[in-house]
Amino acid sequence: MQAEIRGKEAFLKQRCFKKAFVFGGMNSLDNINKNNRNTQEYFSRFRIPSGCAIFGVVNEARERFSGQMVMDGISVMHERSNGLGGGFAAYGIYPGFENDWAFHIFYDDTEAKKQTEDELAPGFKILFSEEIPTAKISRIANPPMIYRYFLKPKNNGDAFETEEDLIMDFVMHINSDIRGAYIISSGKNMGIFKGVGFPEDIGSFFKLDEYKGYLWTSHGRFPTNSTGWWGGAHPFGLLGWSVVHNGEISSFGTNKRFVSGFRYECTLSTDTEVITYLLDLLVRKQKIDMELVHLILASPLWEDIERMPAKERDILKALRILYGSALLNGPFSIIVGSSDFMYALNDRIKLRPLVAARKGEYLFISSEEAPIRKVCVSPDHLWHPDGGEPVIGIVRKKETKKEMKNTGKIQIEKNDEKLEELIKIEAASIKAVPVNKSRGDLNGSEIKAI
Amino acid sequence: MALKLKQSEFEIERDKNKCISCEVCVRQCSNDVHEYDSDQDTLYSDNSKCVGCRRCETLCPTGALKIRNREDQFKTNYNWTPSHLNNIYRQADSGGVLLTGMGSDRPHTIYWDHILFNAAQVTNPSIDPLREPMEIRTFIGRKPGRIEFEINRNKDPKEGLKDTNVKLKTKISPQLDLSTPIMFSAMSYGSVSLNVCKSLAAAASEFGTYYNTGEGGLHKDLYGYAKNTIVQVASGRYGVDVNYLNKGAAVEIKIGQGAKPGIGGHLPGEKVTGDISNTRMIPEGTDAISPAPHHDIYSIEDLAQLIYALKEATNWSKPVGVKVSAVHNIAPIASGIVRAGADFVTIDGLRGGTGAAPQTIRDNVGIPIELAIASVDERLREEGIRYRASIIAAGSIRSSADVIKAIALGADAVYIGTAALVAMGCHLCQKCYTGKCNWGIATQDPYLTKRLNPEIGTRKLLNLLRGWSLEIKEMLGGAGINAIESLKSNREHLRGINLNDRELAILGIKHAGEAW
Repeated sequence: MQAEIRGKEAFLKQRCFKKAFVFGGMNSLDNINKNNRNTQEYFSRFRIPSGCAIFGVVNEARERFSGQMVMDGISVMHERSNGLGGGFAAYGIYPGFENDWAFHIFYDDTEAKKQTEDELAPGFKILFSEEIPTAKISRIANPPMIYRYFLKPKNNGDAFETEEDLIMDFVMHINSDIRGAYIISSGKNMGIFKGVGFPEDIGSFFKLDEYKGYLWTSHGRFPTNSTGWWGGAHPFGLLGWSVVHNGEISSFGTNKRFVSGFRYECTLSTDTEVITYLLDLLVRKQKIDMELVHLILASPLWEDIERMPAKERDILKALRILYGSALLNGPFSIIVGSSDFMYALNDRIKLRPLVAARKGEYLFISSEEAPIRKVCVSPDHLWHPDGGEPVIGIVRKKETKKEMKNTGKIQIEKNDEKLEELIKIEAASIKAVPVNKSRGDLNGSEIKAI
Repeated sequence: MALKLKQSEFEIERDKNKCISCEVCVRQCSNDVHEYDSDQDTLYSDNSKCVGCRRCETLCPTGALKIRNREDQFKTNYNWTPSHLNNIYRQADSGGVLLTGMGSDRPHTIYWDHILFNAAQVTNPSIDPLREPMEIRTFIGRKPGRIEFEINRNKDPKEGLKDTNVKLKTKISPQLDLSTPIMFSAMSYGSVSLNVCKSLAAAASEFGTYYNTGEGGLHKDLYGYAKNTIVQVASGRYGVDVNYLNKGAAVEIKIGQGAKPGIGGHLPGEKVTGDISNTRMIPEGTDAISPAPHHDIYSIEDLAQLIYALKEATNWSKPVGVKVSAVHNIAPIASGIVRAGADFVTIDGLRGGTGAAPQTIRDNVGIPIELAIASVDERLREEGIRYRASIIAAGSIRSSADVIKAIALGADAVYIGTAALVAMGCHLCQKCYTGKCNWGIATQDPYLTKRLNPEIGTRKLLNLLRGWSLEIKEMLGGAGINAIESLKSNREHLRGINLNDRELAILGIKHAGEAW
């Protein structure tokens, strides 16, 4: 059969051709009245393919830096978005509430706020809450009421296996049951800032230059619809996860039904939402190592699997047989943020662009090279990850004072050992992952905006 | 009173100018329609005996024969149709249950024809299957809920990375490995000829898929195809022993068949000749009557026992599935079957074929396969057990488009029976139960069975599988998908046309024109 006998070379050639497709997520929706308190019901009827510019930076030593850097980076890719959605996810921004749940919530009106707070009161102790401070920007119109809460769950018996399950259940309940209220982020020591507008304007609106975090991701959307719903912007977040995504998942229906079998309700019907749930299911609930996740989400082709040594073949075959419905098919590039790592992945035949670079402790991931060059003129190493090849930036744990005393080692040595270990695991996990290619010296002097 | 009230359904037109009196038609017709009068050197045809199989028309070397449906055999009546009248005449003559063959020909809604498939445009590039990999490999069997790995972080760097540090802890249950999501449905040796069985087995084996023995046991000549055989255990248990079970790659317990839900089978004693008697392990000349229920399965827990008994008998080395016909409560029934331990569930729809079934049951009992798959997939997912078993859809899959739609509605793979027979020459005259199949398919008469050369049959089946597989790849690529897994239950890629809200809701699809 012709389709089966074509060579690897031809396939690779095609890949290069496919890279020319740079646009993503276009779709049409009617105009929506932002004040319609029925927004979620309205949106849940539609799937909103996500847009087109993604950029993320992580400092693996957990050094915090200002949001100005990502704002500068994403602004270079102005052409990749159309002003109908932009957003940021930031980790490490709330050190004062490091171990408490931080909720960012959009309200359409005070009624929604009251209802949500009534729901919060019985289950949570509210440590602190405030309206998120914003700046007046002429290009940002009609924002909803945006609040943040720092919460501790009260002990309400053992209805949930873990605290995460309790939070997830609460978030899903508010987002699907309370009209005009939408929890956009629900992690610890992290927050998502997003809205309708170009990403750089959204950044200024939220005054992100005043925040400091060790991991930032950002997104600029290019939908062809003219919706005015802030909740529809990216990043999409759940618990500590945040996902920014460029592309359209052709396997959306399959993935959605797969996660729904594990009690994840897709309320927004967006690709990004389903990716987030897949990650939560695989990594948090099913304890699949992050280093193996790409073998599920962008699994190797059968013809490649069949050529592998028996042991690896068995593992990949098992993964594919079991998690076939979790394969993300169609063009995508994603950056996933979490408190301990930044993770980026392309679809397996690379139908969307993705560039990565390292400079000292910094790892940059972007849709294009330009934003990286904008914030870091000469990275130590810059590469274009292959389709299905993940890029992982692992944020090292801060050693507690007690541990330092016990080991008598300074922090950096300890951490390097850990990193080496991780590289080994990755090398063993079938496909090499360039976690730490050419780390170079630790001098980040060329990195701007720090 | 006339001797025979039933009127002939067909009219045979013979062009005297073209007919060369070669008598091909006489020799080809097992129903003795044509007769040669040597005194007058003329051929006569008896319309009343014709079954409309078109064998004579196809083989007539000069094209002198035309078989036409008789449209005007009765006064036009939309209520009392010719088929009702003829059936009553037949029954008034015989006093028996009216038999028929193949799937229902009634105008029930064919949902496949009301479903349209999607393609990628702009936001999502389509993929060219001639240049890009397009994966349609499919696995049938039980899946564990999750996979666990043992990750040994190698502390000593000198040991190098030779040994992979990731080890699979979870053991995956046995799976059927299909190169295309199409298998050959159960057709027993007895209902079809050995040449048909040989063709199916050889084609399945060469293409990398599976055929099903049906309930008639396994002929020794087919033992070589064990790797591609699904052996069936039906209520009659014909030919079932441990050897038989181990000559298959999987075992299927047959509870029901789409064409005759709740009904057993009957192979008349005169058909139970030497070979069939051996294969079925019953005395020559006795009627082979499969009971309506399995007499050891009166409830779901009994089914669970049989499933585990078969797993024990085959040393837990093969998937064990259950075939049921699509009836009104198919969703909870399927759920029960999955919970009873089945590794796959075969669902046979209303329009599924048969070698012999009471016509009234074939045409009036059960539900269409499209609705059955959609509701079973939905129910199993709601209950969080969909991953445990594969679903195989059967019952009138007529084209690669039907395959695509079945998978997008939630099936893992499909069975084809009628389509395979048509590829080997069947013309759907629906007289399989008479044993006089002129195409050499549903008959045991050696004069007729030799008309089907198993090598040619195999080639035709391989061509069919190849053609459909290529078409499936084309459609997948068009939709921007390069693996069949990503189509499974992907109802976002389907739209209904000319369907009402209730039908759309059950199918779980939007109407054409509705966007995301």
